[in-house]
Amino acid sequence: MSQPSGIMSARNWDELMEGIWRQNPVFVMVLGMCPALAVTVSGINGLSMGIATTFVLVCSCGLVSLLRKLIPKEVRIATYIVIIATFVTVVDYVIQAVSLALYDALGAFIQLIVVNCVILGRAEAHASKNTPVVAMTNAFGMGIGFTIGLLALGCVREILGAGTLFGVSLFGANFQPWVVMVLPPGGFFVLGAWLLLFSALARRKQRKLTEAAQNA
Amino acid sequence: MNAEVMQPQTTPTVAMIRTLGLIAAICGVIIVGAYQGTYNAVQENKRIAVERAVFKVIPAARSIGEFIALPDGSVEKTSASGTVPAGAVKFYAGYDDAGGLAGIAAEGSAKGYADSVRILFAYDQATSSITAFGVVAMRETPGIGDKILVDKEFLANFPLEAKLAADLKGLANAIVTVKQGTKTKPWEIDAISGATITSRAVGKAINDAAQILLPRIGPNLDKLKEKS
Amino acid sequence: MPESAASIFINALLANNFVLAMFLGLCPFLGVSNKLETAFPMGVATTFVMFVASLCAFGLNLLLSAFHLEFLRLISYIVIIASAVQLVEMVLKKYSPTLFRALGIYLPLITTNCAVLGVALFQTARDYDFVQSVAFSLGGGAGFMLALVLMASVRERLQLSDVPAVAQGTALTLMLAGILSLAFMGFAGLGG
Repeated sequence: MSQPSGIMSARNWDELMEGIWRQNPVFVMVLGMCPALAVTVSGINGLSMGIATTFVLVCSCGLVSLLRKLIPKEVRIATYIVIIATFVTVVDYVIQAVSLALYDALGAFIQLIVVNCVILGRAEAHASKNTPVVAMTNAFGMGIGFTIGLLALGCVREILGAGTLFGVSLFGANFQPWVVMVLPPGGFFVLGAWLLLFSALARRKQRKLTEAAQNA
Repeated sequence: MNAEVMQPQTTPTVAMIRTLGLIAAICGVIIVGAYQGTYNAVQENKRIAVERAVFKVIPAARSIGEFIALPDGSVEKTSASGTVPAGAVKFYAGYDDAGGLAGIAAEGSAKGYADSVRILFAYDQATSSITAFGVVAMRETPGIGDKILVDKEFLANFPLEAKLAADLKGLANAIVTVKQGTKTKPWEIDAISGATITSRAVGKAINDAAQILLPRIGPNLDKLKEKS
Repeated sequence: MPESAASIFINALLANNFVLAMFLGLCPFLGVSNKLETAFPMGVATTFVMFVASLCAFGLNLLLSAFHLEFLRLISYIVIIASAVQLVEMVLKKYSPTLFRALGIYLPLITTNCAVLGVALFQTARDYDFVQSVAFSLGGGAGFMLALVLMASVRERLQLSDVPAVAQGTALTLMLAGILSLAFMGFAGLGG
């Protein structure tokens, strides 16, 4: 099936934006929560985890898409998992080589990227049915969306819980940090608050649409 | 138009095994490639991290020697692979500018509030005391548990007395963390009020490691005294 | 001095609860916890898989270390877990078809449950011996089940309450989880 190149790039843009807004893994699909809450005690941690996950997403979806005609239907999930685990191992070693401090901060959650539902979900629902370029574009968009979600969580928790943003102190020495924000309960509360915000925005948009339809 | 529609529903076993083998091979190559490619950088990072930690707790040190203390009481340099045999304790000897022994540093770890607290402590054989400690890795509560790094009163606990017992099989007095303000003996650690769990982890980490390691240092001082 | 098995068990169950403190197993926690009658069997099934995964990971780790193949650790763990889940599925289908149908899609999803892989990874990272690993996985599984059951009970009650529409759904569940997590923080230091 061939498409004119104009539509192709518009489609690619669509694929990209899907993961960033409409199907944002953190705020809309609420997937991949475990790393999202565990490592987002600071902005830089959230960003690093997002980048690592995006790398694994893009590479895995690329490889799955390349091999999609070969992978036997019966064992496809297991195969996807093996491919994802391969790239997670690669990311694991690359992070160790880049910065041991970052590796210690992210801890076991680097390896837990393997069981991030977002990646397996994308491989199964999308990469196995599309060409490599399309699959990787969509995966990249998902990864960006995931990273944005992690950044949103990490920055809020860092600002409230430590008074810094990316390590830069914002409020001066007298700031009493809201420590619970960088502890586990804080993760739940902050994500819940973001979801509440998005829900409120969605409801307001829905209300405006129905009003407009009624007035028309 | 589409021959795929007419393919059988189940994949024949041979084709499946062949494909799985191919995929396993591709993944294997990728993993091994990444491992080999990053190996040197990772080892270098680890070495730098150790060096930085040891230099911090033994300020006079300018170079480091890595040793293991074996259960039979002897001491030898760590092997190239870095593997530590069961029952052996790894430690570092810090040498000053002149090549003389400036201090011994070793790691200890104990369970803190969130996860394990790994510390590196420095032992001065001349005074039989633990002179300082640094944190290698910890996930304690920011602002509470991580005060062990900066709290002046906590840091004033050091140097700690770490004399050997008469039978040379352990410490004369176990290093223990006590409630804030109740420290009476030179081998006790005054906890930080409000951060007792983390303070206790530091005490336990030092004690557990010192009990095993320090008796093995004394008899082997000649081996360690000069940088080899 | 090694931690005792009992203290590891209590710790994994309460103070360092897998779900509420270590953020493992959140997808099923948020997804399956709306009914008590599905939450409990899910907890049991997950605990069983965690136990099996822990045993296999322990053995695998010994094997890999002996041959200096540590870089294959992640892949082999996840393959073992996928197989263990497959096994549980087959056993359930044969001996308890009703339960199998009740759990539905969530059973194969145990494979991607971070808690199961988390058990294997954490016990390797902390260098636990056999007994400690068993205590860790059982405690973790029990903790997961405890959190799941607590959450399901509360959510069932909340269905009868007047929750503002804007907060319904996942936002509310997360706030609840936060409160539970806060409560569990009170267990810190328990188990030594």
